[in-house]
Amino acid sequence: MLISAIAQGFLWAILGIGIFTTYRILKFPDLTVEGSFPLGSAVAVTAIVSGINPVLATILAIIAGMGAGLVTSLLYTKGKVPVILSGILVMSGLHSVMLFVMQRPNLSLLNQPRIYDAFNALPNYFDVVIVGIGVLILVISSILFFFYTSVGQAYIATGDNESMARSLGIQTDNMKILGLVLSNGIFALSGALVAQSNGYADVNGGTGVIVIGLASLIIAEVMFKEVTLGERLLTIVIGSVLYQLLILGVIRLGFDTTYIRIFSSTILAVFLMTPQLRKGLKLDMFSGKEESV
Amino acid sequence: MKALLQLEKVTKIIQNESDTNNTILDQVDLTIHKGDFITVLGGNGAGKSTLFNSITGSASVTSGQIKLNGKNMTNWQEEKRAGFIGRVFQDPKMGTAPRMTVAENLLLALKRGQKRYLLPRKLKENKEYFEKLCGSVGNGLENHLDTPTGHLSGGQRQSLSLLMTTLTQPELLLLDEHTAALDPKTSKRLMTLTNQMIEEKQLTCMMITHRMEDALTYGNRLILMENGKIKLDLNQEEKAKLTLEDLFVLFEKRDMSAAV
Repeated sequence: MLISAIAQGFLWAILGIGIFTTYRILKFPDLTVEGSFPLGSAVAVTAIVSGINPVLATILAIIAGMGAGLVTSLLYTKGKVPVILSGILVMSGLHSVMLFVMQRPNLSLLNQPRIYDAFNALPNYFDVVIVGIGVLILVISSILFFFYTSVGQAYIATGDNESMARSLGIQTDNMKILGLVLSNGIFALSGALVAQSNGYADVNGGTGVIVIGLASLIIAEVMFKEVTLGERLLTIVIGSVLYQLLILGVIRLGFDTTYIRIFSSTILAVFLMTPQLRKGLKLDMFSGKEESV
Repeated sequence: MKALLQLEKVTKIIQNESDTNNTILDQVDLTIHKGDFITVLGGNGAGKSTLFNSITGSASVTSGQIKLNGKNMTNWQEEKRAGFIGRVFQDPKMGTAPRMTVAENLLLALKRGQKRYLLPRKLKENKEYFEKLCGSVGNGLENHLDTPTGHLSGGQRQSLSLLMTTLTQPELLLLDEHTAALDPKTSKRLMTLTNQMIEEKQLTCMMITHRMEDALTYGNRLILMENGKIKLDLNQEEKAKLTLEDLFVLFEKRDMSAAV
């Protein structure tokens, strides 16, 4: 169970990292994630069932997610629809896209190959851990490389001070498009990997995923303050694993898993309120520093 | 003298909530020559900032033409004009990216108006240059190259904004009350630095200010705006004859209606 929770933590961390690149860097609350994540699952599973190699199927899922992000970003930048609404519209529309892709509400991977098969010899769940770590290394190092290019710096500046960025000649609309396309590709990647680990895809698989992604990010931020960009991405992985362990704890305490989402939301709410609670109680749980009054 | 920027009958009308038209800029004609340093005076609501917004492209004009070096740029996007025009705002927060360091901000400015590629940013290679540059300002900015600009003082941020704006030698420098938010001492130091930079780099500049002394001391031309029109346009000789008292009288008289 423990290894399973850690493995899940790695796969969901990819989602958290994607959310970080838009929610924290661009300051966009992108709700497309609740559509692009299950879209990734749907595309990957459908592709595998129709005989496509799991790695290729996962890449197809990423491309599908990027397409979803492109639609959201065009609605927002060219259509001037507020970003939250753009995300909601695409998320809702993707439900039909998934039904069209799978031709049914859910699809199983029973007796089908998966991306984890190369590490089949390992004990249970270790295959997921290995693939998870590999993908995380790939995702984190690509994002870091990107952030420290000239385009990446322009991207960060767009989120930091848009009017300044424009006054320096940065095409801020293009940066927003880029951000939404890339992050939704990452969301779909996470969806494709989670589906292959769970063994199925479901059109309703996206409900509440933004809470899980945000939880890993918020836990990371509450526990580790003032870190560099690279360290932040790593702490999101820690946050994601911790979150899965917390959920595991909740289940172990005997709570009914049918109502798991209220526990997800409660965990996130508690972490979101932590800065406020610390102020109220005048103590700092993690650094042990007294808050000066 | 060569005309750098020409405004021809530039008009900006916005609609109020009650559907009445509010004319912010009223058929403004203005020619800026290369090497001009124009100080711009006017009360609140006279149209000074809107004039700047029209030039940078951050606001569209209702009618009229804006030409840069004879080329009509009325419909150019702000991002395209950015290669030629630099602007420093009144609010120190406006000109810098708060979560990025001083060096990172300068690096962004170094590529003003250029194409940015998916290649490593080359921060280290420029550090020495940035350190020298910041050292020339004389307020300790060079010791904060790796500090996020959000942690700097207002004066340091404004001098950084000025450095960023002048780094690539813009054809036109727009200063929008850029010393107004600072304490008198810092404000004076920044103004001296500004003037020194304009002279050294031979920049063409327009400066909005509410400080009459600065409007008189600096620049070779002075314009006074009121109700969206240029009411007064003094050349170097006329400006030289002007005293602070003249200016106060002029300002009070012209500005009665718009006074707060």
